Amino acid sequence: MGRSVVITGLGVVSAYGLGMDALWEGLCSGTSALSRIESFDAGGFPAKLGGEAPGVRARDCVPKSYRKAVKVMARDTEIAVVAASLAVEDAALVTRVAQNGPTTYPGERLGCHIGAGLISAETQELTQALVTARDSEDQTKVDWRVWGESGMNNLPPLWLLKYLPNMPACHVTILHGAEGPSNTITCSEASGLLSIGESARVIERGAADACFSGGAESRINNMGLIRMHLAGWLAETGDETDGGRVVRPYDPDSAGGLLGEGGGIVILEEKTQAVARGARIYAEISGFGAGQSDPACGEEVDLGLLGAIESALGDAGVVPGEIDAIVPRALGSPAEDALEARVLAAVFGAALERIPLVTIVPNIGNCLAGAGSLAAAVGARCLHEQKLPARIHAGTPGFGLIAGSCAPRGATLRRVLVCTSALGGQNAAVVLGSVS
Amino acid sequence: MPSGRVVITGMGLVTPLGHEVDSVWRRLLAGESGIGPVSRFPGATFRTNFAGEVRGYDPADFVDMAAHANAGLNTQFALGACAQAWDQAGLRHFDGFNQRRVGLYLGSGEGSLDYDNFVATNLTSWDETTRSVDHVAWARASLERMTAASETQQEPNAALAHLAAQFGVRGPAFNCMTACAASTQAIGEAGELIRHGDADVMIAGGSHSMIHPLGMTGFIRLTAMSTRCDEPARAARPFDRTRDGFVMGEGAGIVILEDLDHALARGAMPLVELVGYGSSADAFRITDMHPEGLGPMRAMAGALRQADIDPRSQRNGRPPVDYISAHGTGTTENDAIETAAIKALFGPSARRVPISSVKCMIGHLIQAAGAVELITCVQAIRTGRIPPTINLNQPDPECDLDYVPHVARDLTDTGGVEVCLSNSFGFGGQNDTLCVRRYRD
Repeated sequence: MGRSVVITGLGVVSAYGLGMDALWEGLCSGTSALSRIESFDAGGFPAKLGGEAPGVRARDCVPKSYRKAVKVMARDTEIAVVAASLAVEDAALVTRVAQNGPTTYPGERLGCHIGAGLISAETQELTQALVTARDSEDQTKVDWRVWGESGMNNLPPLWLLKYLPNMPACHVTILHGAEGPSNTITCSEASGLLSIGESARVIERGAADACFSGGAESRINNMGLIRMHLAGWLAETGDETDGGRVVRPYDPDSAGGLLGEGGGIVILEEKTQAVARGARIYAEISGFGAGQSDPACGEEVDLGLLGAIESALGDAGVVPGEIDAIVPRALGSPAEDALEARVLAAVFGAALERIPLVTIVPNIGNCLAGAGSLAAAVGARCLHEQKLPARIHAGTPGFGLIAGSCAPRGATLRRVLVCTSALGGQNAAVVLGSVS
Repeated sequence: MPSGRVVITGMGLVTPLGHEVDSVWRRLLAGESGIGPVSRFPGATFRTNFAGEVRGYDPADFVDMAAHANAGLNTQFALGACAQAWDQAGLRHFDGFNQRRVGLYLGSGEGSLDYDNFVATNLTSWDETTRSVDHVAWARASLERMTAASETQQEPNAALAHLAAQFGVRGPAFNCMTACAASTQAIGEAGELIRHGDADVMIAGGSHSMIHPLGMTGFIRLTAMSTRCDEPARAARPFDRTRDGFVMGEGAGIVILEDLDHALARGAMPLVELVGYGSSADAFRITDMHPEGLGPMRAMAGALRQADIDPRSQRNGRPPVDYISAHGTGTTENDAIETAAIKALFGPSARRVPISSVKCMIGHLIQAAGAVELITCVQAIRTGRIPPTINLNQPDPECDLDYVPHVARDLTDTGGVEVCLSNSFGFGGQNDTLCVRRYRD
């Protein structure tokens, strides 16, 4: 028998606040956490709403000796550090950060796969340096000669370090003493699920016994908002103040998606060791699959997402009819949703008429590198509770999908499929299985 | 069913010493340097104003660029390197593969900024009276100036989509960014996907260029790069007592990994076998390596364990590894710690293992470095020769191993090169090592 992998800890940062309970209760409340962006004046952007995560303070999660390092953490890194701490606490793991007594796993058996996005330099920090080297003839240009002589000295020495995508994993490995295999996957929305898949493979092949796994990202900043707007993924929100009315998954009339800040880090463990230490087991990783789309070829059925889902089902040894619920990407962006709906129809056929979807973007926004692992955490919680949260939908979903507005409800759940595509064309799918 | 064995059937390079494996290899063996003054932007006043630039490269020599009109430099490098690898593997005219069983795992870097529009957006939204960015003005300027085509190409997963479109692959696709370890890690994890049965063929490697104003700025502020502006070609001095930092390079390295049975069934020739991969994290400090090199040692030990090689064993009276392509950045810290880790792992026979770092000739290709260096290991096995470490004139007492100084070594008379290790240690603490072995039935 091969090694099995289970989820024993859920660490979540979302627009509902810190922790899985906050997210779960928020989802069950049926009210959206998407509202006016307040951390800076986003009034000049077409999408003025988003899901900012309140109360993210990495400083509260690190020992005193590490507080200096918090200064070189970008927002994305702070989210990951907080989510990792919450995951450790939820899994009742003892890691190095506790600094008292033996840890649950030796450092080299603890891995860390935290997906990330392109972390943009803070506009204020960079611009206050750039203006010192402004070209004397053309006020819109920098004179790189002046920049080389003196301008760049206005940036802090560790400036670059703040923005390397592997910094979330770097800080988490240091804080928790995770000395095993570690990676930083950067595939937009697919990052979190690809990371969970990679962690699962690492544990299965015996290269580690437990892993931090997931992703974190915040694009609620200048560069993030403009890039996602240009990609055509964000709604124009006008005077609307409730993002839950804007994002309408699978609705051809949806105005588009909205961004959220978020991180989902789960603790994955080899099953026999998790059982031996009496850990609470939320779900088993029953199957994983990945695939690449060709965004240019306009396929009717996208082979990338189709391949990811079929591979995950095959890996889990189940047929489509054995899936009891699906947590898809469900962006609220009509073109992307149509593509996703066609693939779901191709895989599940008539069974889709009875498989409920769990949609979270109307609640917390698209959290990009954090999205897939947040979705996986929600799927695991559904299995553990044998319950589906409420769904928000201000319109009418198409494609015959069970995605309309509804209240929370109990459900018999043995297997939940979590799947996503990504800006850039990567796709990933994970089948979560109930362990009870 | 996967055979459990992974072989390399194709490889391609785009480097400061050329855009084709055989000619790059000849120049590396000759000890040539591809380092010179930065020409891509006016960087003469930068504290480090030289680098290893890729020159005279045209991706259209390798692929029809009509479908890749907006491709950034990383993607352009990756397309050329991948086309070479694809052709060498005999995949161009092979139509028998299932495109869902061919995947991609790259350690490609972020694209460089659209400088003119990015800088103008920032500068025009600066409010001198409050000394702060006016965010509404910033939004307006960005909406006027920035374009989807250019911004999308800066995303770190951009190269995947171009390669997928060009080579028609729909299998598992990943991009990782673990700084200087990225493409080594990409190749290692790609091999594991094949071993597990997730794919039959993986395109794996990396591409990166940080030779642009803010890329150079970041490393200058960290004081990580050599400042020997008066002698660029002699600046990269791995393992030398006078080393003062790394030298930036750029380019791409791509290999085709394949399940052995899949390769043999279609008549492809395995170039070498990928027999080991080890990965670890320092989990020590954000800016420093562990002084004993525990992380690098674990990465090397992991790769050897998977290859079933005992580092303390002997083979025909020789150490069990014939060549180590060192991370060898030329920074004070790395080279001493890497040396200590090799000594701790191999014991007394460490002194008899030839070690070199081609970063002295092509610079540090950051995310692409590991893939390019693994290809030098493949070439070492195929030709029996080991590239030199140039610029090593004043030995460092802390670096007291055999770094193959100045002149390439020819081992063809003593049985050639059988087993190589390739090390990559990323800024941020992620360490990866690959082990390749001569292919035998």
